[in-house]
Amino acid sequence: MPKTQTNAPPTNHQQPPTDPRFKIAHREALIGVALAIFNFIWWFGFAYGLGSRPPEEYTYTFGLPDWFFYSCVIGFILMSVLVIIIVKFFLTEVSFEDEQQKEEGTPS
Amino acid sequence: MNIAVIIPLVVFLIAIFAIGFIASKKMNSSAGFLQDYFLGGRELGGFVLAMTMVATYGSASSFLGGPGTAYTVGFGWILLAMSQVVTGYFVLLILGKKFAILGRRYNAITMIDFLKARYNSPAVAILAAIAIIIFLFSAMTAQWVGGGRLIESLTGMQYTTALFIFAISVLVYVTIGGFRAVALTDAVQGAVMVVGTLILLIGVIIAGGGVPAIMQDLLNENPRLVTPFGADGSLSAAYVSSFWILVGVGVVGLPQMAVRAMSYKNARSMHRALIIGTIVTGFIMLNMHLIGIFARPILPGIEVGDKVIPLIALDVLPPWLAGIVLAAPMAAIMSTVDSLLLLVSSAIVKDVYLNFIKPEAPEKTVKRLSFGVTGILGIIVFLLALQPPDLLIFLNLFAFGGLEAAFIWPVVLGLYWKYGNKYGAIASMITGIVSYIALHFYNEAFGNLLGVHTVTFPVVLSLIAFIIGSLTVKRKAFIF
Repeated sequence: MPKTQTNAPPTNHQQPPTDPRFKIAHREALIGVALAIFNFIWWFGFAYGLGSRPPEEYTYTFGLPDWFFYSCVIGFILMSVLVIIIVKFFLTEVSFEDEQQKEEGTPS
Repeated sequence: MNIAVIIPLVVFLIAIFAIGFIASKKMNSSAGFLQDYFLGGRELGGFVLAMTMVATYGSASSFLGGPGTAYTVGFGWILLAMSQVVTGYFVLLILGKKFAILGRRYNAITMIDFLKARYNSPAVAILAAIAIIIFLFSAMTAQWVGGGRLIESLTGMQYTTALFIFAISVLVYVTIGGFRAVALTDAVQGAVMVVGTLILLIGVIIAGGGVPAIMQDLLNENPRLVTPFGADGSLSAAYVSSFWILVGVGVVGLPQMAVRAMSYKNARSMHRALIIGTIVTGFIMLNMHLIGIFARPILPGIEVGDKVIPLIALDVLPPWLAGIVLAAPMAAIMSTVDSLLLLVSSAIVKDVYLNFIKPEAPEKTVKRLSFGVTGILGIIVFLLALQPPDLLIFLNLFAFGGLEAAFIWPVVLGLYWKYGNKYGAIASMITGIVSYIALHFYNEAFGNLLGVHTVTFPVVLSLIAFIIGSLTVKRKAFIF
């Protein structure tokens, strides 16, 4: 294994420790993964949980079969609401420019 | 063909021209020509960002192929299509702020710029550029064929004439306006898609006598149409779920989406785009596919799936309204094609020419080259689309799944895993594409392996290749 001198702990003498904006970014990416997993479980659970019954047993909401209504219609509305909540309360505004490159004043 | 149908389409095309022209006037060289032409100067706002993502992603398949399949297969296909809602928030949240920050730090204009800087490797860049040029070029040509066919079927013109009109419309605004024109016209096209979808849905429900009546007709014809399993019961849960990779989370790996994820102005634009993108994607996918299945009792017996939407629009709406609605699939095709055209052009100019042939080219040359390459590409695509060669149709089969399998891990793990290195990235790209093509042939011959879509295993294999490559060859933590 070629790990002679490369395995030393990361050298941070020329680079500041992890950019605090990356911490925020990592958290938000994890939120994205969590949302997608939740979205999938909801979608799959209602579609195949309710949809696997024989069609004669389906009930209808607004004329649509129940499995479809809960999985796709309510699922979509729920995801939209969740995204709105997350954007309003859990995402942080950060600047995308690096400090040293920043000009005085706001970029137009 | 009714003149009343054609007028709204013509008005739509003129409006698109005008926007492209205005966008080209807005170009300024303060941020540098390349950044402006291929990335719109990184100044997209939330609404335009959301719409350009939705419109780029929503292609002919969302407006013609998908609803046509829903018509044949039933509610199971709408269930499948709804896996695309995830793209509305996933791409922007996953690539997210880190991609935006690093994109600026590396001064990246294309996804390949990012890969090249992150892995510090020209080999990664050239491999990625080849994959993009070959696969997206084929995908683009296939879409042009679709665009020409659509105009042909709506207006009764000859295919060649129709294709010519389509080509000129797209070429002019992309060539002169660059990314900003593409994004702005995408926003208008996205709005047309939303409005068109809504009008047609209402028209279809009224023509069918209300949703419960339509549902009763479907049940009388074949109860399986309202189950998740398809008209013949062949849609398995595993198969439908595997589309979450192909048209859902895997979309993160598509270069045309990634480039948009570094084009926005600030965090606020991104936040707005998350909300708008999710709602608009879900709205279009849900309603467009519902139209497909609702059309079944109204117009039974349509053989060619792609014709369902044009036929039902002409059947249930007054002609002028049908014209407006049919501008929607037109808009979908145009907005996909324009993005691909610009992306392939940027891969040639920026990633190949400037990286490997003449890095010190003066701005004037670059400018002429960018206009020239974009224009010439368009002309080649037009000529190929007149009579698509078999090879092209063949390559198009691999375009999206193959690119996802190739790029998803080099991009995502390149952002979030410090041990990811160029050996892992190269191994991952090659494994992704090769295994995708190999599995495609296997699945065609023997049926889908374990009953899931072809994209599933190559994505897993390219992940394994990425991890093994990164950990075993010259392992070293990357400092972001």
